Amino acid sequence: MTLDATDRQIIEALQGGLPLVSTPYAAVAEQLGIAEDQLTERLAAMKASGVVRRIAAAPNHYKLGMTANGMTVWDVADDQITELGALIGALPFVTHCYERPRALPEWPYNLFAMVHGSSREEVEEKRARIKDILGDALRASDVLVSTRILKKTGLRLRKRG
Amino acid sequence: MIDLDRINRDLINTLQDDLGLEHRPFQAVAQKIGLSEDEVLERVKVLKENGYLTRFGPFFDAAAMGGAFCLCAMAVPAEEFEAVLTKVNAHAEVAHNYERAHRLNMWFVLATETPEGITDTARAIERETGITVHCFPKLQEFYIGFRVAA
Repeated sequence: MTLDATDRQIIEALQGGLPLVSTPYAAVAEQLGIAEDQLTERLAAMKASGVVRRIAAAPNHYKLGMTANGMTVWDVADDQITELGALIGALPFVTHCYERPRALPEWPYNLFAMVHGSSREEVEEKRARIKDILGDALRASDVLVSTRILKKTGLRLRKRG
Repeated sequence: MIDLDRINRDLINTLQDDLGLEHRPFQAVAQKIGLSEDEVLERVKVLKENGYLTRFGPFFDAAAMGGAFCLCAMAVPAEEFEAVLTKVNAHAEVAHNYERAHRLNMWFVLATETPEGITDTARAIERETGITVHCFPKLQEFYIGFRVAA
């Protein structure tokens, strides 16, 4: 999708989030000096093209009691990863699940699944459930626990001058 | 600290579904939860102010805008960690950065407007730090979801 100047203004205006008022699109449209219909039509086009994935809340897992998380990583047979990845991604405690390239010899893992839990033990239990699902297709695995958030910002578009 | 009652848990789960583009989009959320629109807005504000929600709004996909996201990792020696961190975080393209317990101990996401921006930024970080930046672009994405126990 090619974004024009108005689309970019809309994205910039919404990067910080949607105003929490009963008519949020009208409020943003007014701020941008465009009609509400124009704004929502453009947002609909952005949703259709995938530029906007969804308009939703980003929960803070730590505050919600999910204080433990582990990036579980798996070396899965390439010919089974699509089928097995879909099963792992559908688990309710897995928030992000991707196939990524290996970086051999240092990094043999090609499936990444972020697991959240209220304790380290819970994360390990959930990891064991993933291991069961992967069965014979699994060659090696590891779990990387985050010890510190070093930076967390949303996507920031650079202003084009 | 606020009470995370059943209604708030319901609300957090519902708010992770796509909000509509109607004139008053929170009415549908209110109806689903069984609250008034004002109550929904009030609760969302409180959840956000108290840090239960980090953000509410559109999730943009840099890749669909012609840009790119890429997970990257580095093995940073402990004694250099803070100095390297300062250099890495100085790049506006670094959206998230986590320390993880592994030999590859610094994991960050690059978000750039062009696919070339990923490689350019990774190479710049390598030049500045003298440490290899491993890039792990997504090849396939499996469904993303998160639900609190309701």
